[in-house]
Amino acid sequence: MSRTSLDLWVGFFVAVGLGALLFLALKVGNLASSSSGDTYAIQAKFDNIGGLKVRGAVKSAGVVVGRVTEIRFDPEAYLALVTIQVDARYKFPRDTFATINTSGLLGEQYIGFEVGGDTEMLKAGDTIKKTQSAVVLEKLISQFMFNKAAEDGGKK
Amino acid sequence: MRALRDLGQRVTARIWRLGYASRFFLAILMYSGTSLRRLHLTIREIYFTGVLSLIIILVSGLFVGMVLGLQGYDTLARYGSTEALGVLVSLSLVRELGPVVAALLFASRAGSAITAEIGMMKATEQLSAMEMMAVDPISRVVAPRFWGGVISMPLLAALFSAMGIFGGYLVGVQLIGVDEGSFWSQMQASVDFREDILNGVIKSFVFGIIVSWVAVFEGYDAEPTAEGVSGATTRTVVTSSLAILAADFILTAFMFTGT
Repeated sequence: MSRTSLDLWVGFFVAVGLGALLFLALKVGNLASSSSGDTYAIQAKFDNIGGLKVRGAVKSAGVVVGRVTEIRFDPEAYLALVTIQVDARYKFPRDTFATINTSGLLGEQYIGFEVGGDTEMLKAGDTIKKTQSAVVLEKLISQFMFNKAAEDGGKK
Repeated sequence: MRALRDLGQRVTARIWRLGYASRFFLAILMYSGTSLRRLHLTIREIYFTGVLSLIIILVSGLFVGMVLGLQGYDTLARYGSTEALGVLVSLSLVRELGPVVAALLFASRAGSAITAEIGMMKATEQLSAMEMMAVDPISRVVAPRFWGGVISMPLLAALFSAMGIFGGYLVGVQLIGVDEGSFWSQMQASVDFREDILNGVIKSFVFGIIVSWVAVFEGYDAEPTAEGVSGATTRTVVTSSLAILAADFILTAFMFTGT
């Protein structure tokens, strides 16, 4: 079987097609940085997780250090039980403070780690004790209105 | 009474054809060993269906992406979140528009050509001549065209999506002036490789099977007259377009259940 110019064109086509797929995977989907490397699971209980979703980011100092893998309702404590896979490269002290933050005004919600000062580190299976729930805008507004009304009432 | 009989006859004819098409599909799969062993036959078909469709796929991908950029910017600007333009363009292309529009273009560009070619071969009795020479027309003519289409389709869809994202980038970043960093970083943060890109590839693979199957079947089943071939070509485009959209709905319902 001899080589023909047809083979050249088909080879070109396949190469360009695979290149486009690679472009989608690396530049658009960011496969490289979302490496499925070693992780360890820790848990955190929240009063209210707001709009947090599975696959949501876990950030510390703004850098993604893990992902939310499971969200369950704890029927005994009436709390949300969130399982987080943290990148094994990063260790956090045991008194790390987990908060639910929003990126931007209408952006998606993520878990932020604020590092404490404990010398012992979190291990796989540990539960973060200090958490802060998502900010619910309606609650915030009603609180503001309530305070305002109380202030005005005090003046009279 | 007569209308009822006509209706019944029409429905039976459809079901009969569907059964014949399914048997034909199995026959293609059984005889495709030859087309893979004699690879140059398949490569020749990839050239005709894939390489020659490149221009139309690339140009329409670019324009679809540019339109998405303009329209998306217009809508997002109302909510003051124009940085999400990259997310909008890439997700709609990778998940839906890339596979679907590329498949529709592929059906009208390559599918119709396959049907016309096989139909003409049948009309000029080339297929019967092959059978006379103990060459099976399914393994020599049909299977290579089928596999050529199935292989080309995912590559074309990926090219369409990539080109569309580039078009959205041209309009959004270069023309309108959305911040380039947030355009790419928000896109990378919200497009998942397995959930979005791989599902899009699976979709286009399924569409490739549908278009190629419909095209070769309509050609093989065409009435061996000039009129029959033209009717079969029309039916290929209509049937495969409808089948693509229906299959897209079913696949989307399975894939993106919205956790």
